[in-house]
Amino acid sequence: MSDTATAHHDDGHLSLNNDNKKLLMWLFLGSDCMFFGTLISTHLIYRKIYPESFDPTSLFSLELTSFSTFILLMSSFLMALAVSAMHKGELKSFRRNVLGVIFFGLIFLGCQVYEFAHFVHEGLTLSTNTFGSTFYMMTGTHGVHVAIGVFWLICMYFYSHTGKMDAHESAVDVEIAGLYWHFVDIVWIVIFTAVYLIEFI
Amino acid sequence: MSQTETATPAPKTSHAHQLHVLKPERSRLGLMRPDHSKSVFIDWLTTVDHKKIGIMYGAIALFFLFIGGIEALIIRTQLIVPENNLISAERYNQLFTMHGTTMIFLAVMPLNSAFFNFLIPLQIGARDVAFPRINALSLWSFVAGALVINFGWLLEALQMMGLFAASGPTAGMTDLAPSGGWFGYAPLSSKEYSGVGTDFWIMGLQILGVASLTASMNFIVTILNMRAPGMKMMRMPVFTWMSLVVAFLIIFAFPAITIALGQLMFDRTFGTNFFNVAGGGQPILWQHLFWIFGHPEVYILVLPAMGIISEVLPTFSKKPLFGYSIVIFSGAVIGFLGFAVWSHHMFTTGLGKVATAAFSLLTMAIAVPTGVKIFNWVGTIWGGRIRFTAPMIFSLGFVWMFMMGGFSGIMHAAAPADAQQQDSYFVIAHFHYVIMGGIFLALVSGIYYWVPKVFGKMWTGSLSTWVAVLIVVGLNVTFFPMHFLGLLGMPRRTHTYLEGFGWSTYNLVCTIGSYILAIGILLLLVDLIRCLRSGEPAGDDPWDARTLEWATTSPPQVYNFAKTPIIPARDALWSHKHGPEGKKITYEDDHGHGIHMPSNSWMPLIASIGFVPLGLGMTLKQAGVPYMGSLAIFGLFVITLGLALWAIEGPGGFHLHPEEDEA
Repeated sequence: MSDTATAHHDDGHLSLNNDNKKLLMWLFLGSDCMFFGTLISTHLIYRKIYPESFDPTSLFSLELTSFSTFILLMSSFLMALAVSAMHKGELKSFRRNVLGVIFFGLIFLGCQVYEFAHFVHEGLTLSTNTFGSTFYMMTGTHGVHVAIGVFWLICMYFYSHTGKMDAHESAVDVEIAGLYWHFVDIVWIVIFTAVYLIEFI
Repeated sequence: MSQTETATPAPKTSHAHQLHVLKPERSRLGLMRPDHSKSVFIDWLTTVDHKKIGIMYGAIALFFLFIGGIEALIIRTQLIVPENNLISAERYNQLFTMHGTTMIFLAVMPLNSAFFNFLIPLQIGARDVAFPRINALSLWSFVAGALVINFGWLLEALQMMGLFAASGPTAGMTDLAPSGGWFGYAPLSSKEYSGVGTDFWIMGLQILGVASLTASMNFIVTILNMRAPGMKMMRMPVFTWMSLVVAFLIIFAFPAITIALGQLMFDRTFGTNFFNVAGGGQPILWQHLFWIFGHPEVYILVLPAMGIISEVLPTFSKKPLFGYSIVIFSGAVIGFLGFAVWSHHMFTTGLGKVATAAFSLLTMAIAVPTGVKIFNWVGTIWGGRIRFTAPMIFSLGFVWMFMMGGFSGIMHAAAPADAQQQDSYFVIAHFHYVIMGGIFLALVSGIYYWVPKVFGKMWTGSLSTWVAVLIVVGLNVTFFPMHFLGLLGMPRRTHTYLEGFGWSTYNLVCTIGSYILAIGILLLLVDLIRCLRSGEPAGDDPWDARTLEWATTSPPQVYNFAKTPIIPARDALWSHKHGPEGKKITYEDDHGHGIHMPSNSWMPLIASIGFVPLGLGMTLKQAGVPYMGSLAIFGLFVITLGLALWAIEGPGGFHLHPEEDEA
């Protein structure tokens, strides 16, 4: 959250002409790619080693997961609208869209909680087999990312009511939250393809 | 002041005076910011100044160097004669585990960090790092991680004094200090074979990972974004360049270990099957994930050392670095290739012929950029006007000793030879030549080179020559016989050995060497203390150096540069001192705007303190100690609270006006 104090005594030039905070987020996302890369490859390696030990198609509900994937994609769309609204300084439109993102994010999390509860009920737990371990840890880490994003956006929503938010100061902060949200969305597309869809080929 | 002003604008008066006149402002929380505090204690705990953070990193790293050194001496003393029983086998396991972990994560990496912090903003002409408070968070979370890793030692000490016993609620706490080796191989690190020490190790490393990742992101942004005008990428000092490569290595390599440690923690705490053979887990996965991190880690340790060498050799040869661009390029190539050679740690695991051949080839390929660097350093001193000062002696020692480590590295690269050397003392000899003979000598060189800048005091006397002789002789006497021990078949990590294998004499020599080395390092500390107590004022540029940090006062003012410098050329200060008229450092006119300084803050410290209860709570919960889950949640709460207050308080800041002070 940018401070009014820094606005008028900015240290001036930035060599790459790119906001420090935005660059920091890009670096974090680069690093985060490696986090998810490790988790997803662990899952795929164990799937390859034990192709027959467990059949997830009996457990996965493609309808439910497709629905939650669609919801997450749409939340990214709303996030883009929120960023654009903030750039134009339209605070009301920003709030409306951010509320939409939060709502969709919560629906996605709800679907995941339902899915986890359902799977556990069906007998797949963290310690059942390697599939359980890798699946829950990977999708759980993604879920934590979504939850942090939702928490972040809720903070931004309330912050927008304090009157300290304006297009000039806060657009870049919203944009950074947007970068994070889109990244988490993209990771889900990879997980949805490489973990869910691939099982039905 | 016009832009053509050429003198170094160093204000005459000290700024301590001016800072205490300033009144701290209230933050958005309504609390007084801890700025301009008269208490030295508060000032250092809340500081966001990269120079103070760098000094603290350095001091803590030297402390852990001392601890790790004592651990090494106990190991060597145990091995001095066959069938010695100075310490038990369990204690021996704990000692070599903590020796490795301490030296890598708590001594060498933070010592590198000390140089990053102190030097990078000065070398690129910046007032501070891009995110001063995140920088403080990195420092304090590093301290928190170090505490958690070493907590097992504290418990062991309490147990020896009779103040702690694993009984009642703490009955689950066995094996208090980590003992699974610094790479914690599964399944040795699983719950069946190791106790609570491994949990301290896991949580401690995770917290250190937070420190390293935040610091690296911070430094990449700083180097890319905060350079002074004219400080193009290909004008940057080589040390800054190597730091940039290292920061990228960290942000891409650390996630692998973070996830692997997370999986191990889940295995131990929640009964998952990542490395649990009974549940289908593959212990070799741990080896892959560990070394995908672990091999880049080697370059994370060594590249800053190469950067230091590339600063020291030109200064004391009175020549520009030979092949500046190719030195930087080869550093970047080492960084890239560093990700493609991890399996050479696993040649004996049966990867298959193709994989083994490929990794063998790539490992040999990495010798090419390394060799390029060696030749460029030799080219730098070739025909130069060499001054044998302390930093130069250690740098020359680096080139020589590091090359020896490189030679045995090439031997490891050949998979058939490696199959014989695997897990023997030959490996110990190899990586100690690289780390002690290479990295450590370079770091000592850096200490001798930059301490006059950091503290404004010049070294006195010729103790440094003794330090150099004792360290170089000591490390050769310690580690050279280990080559023979390895070839004679002595396995590493054995707490004792029988007579009659022909190992006894070599082990005795190694142990004597380690004492010589220890005396050398103690003398280094004596020399450092003597310099700080009674050193003459160093002056701004005592070595007739080349790079921008020497254009500041010694020690640098809190704002580094009174006015933003405009960089005319590579080796900016040299060009300023000896170059033509158009190649002088000039300074930007700030139109009376003054210097904006970031405010001190308690929040990075508070957030970092939360890591301690989080780490210990997670660890002890696993051992079945009651209420520890709540302790972990409390830790998480403190971290969140610290970060939330951090966001709300705002960065703040105040203005300094050096010229007015001067007038």
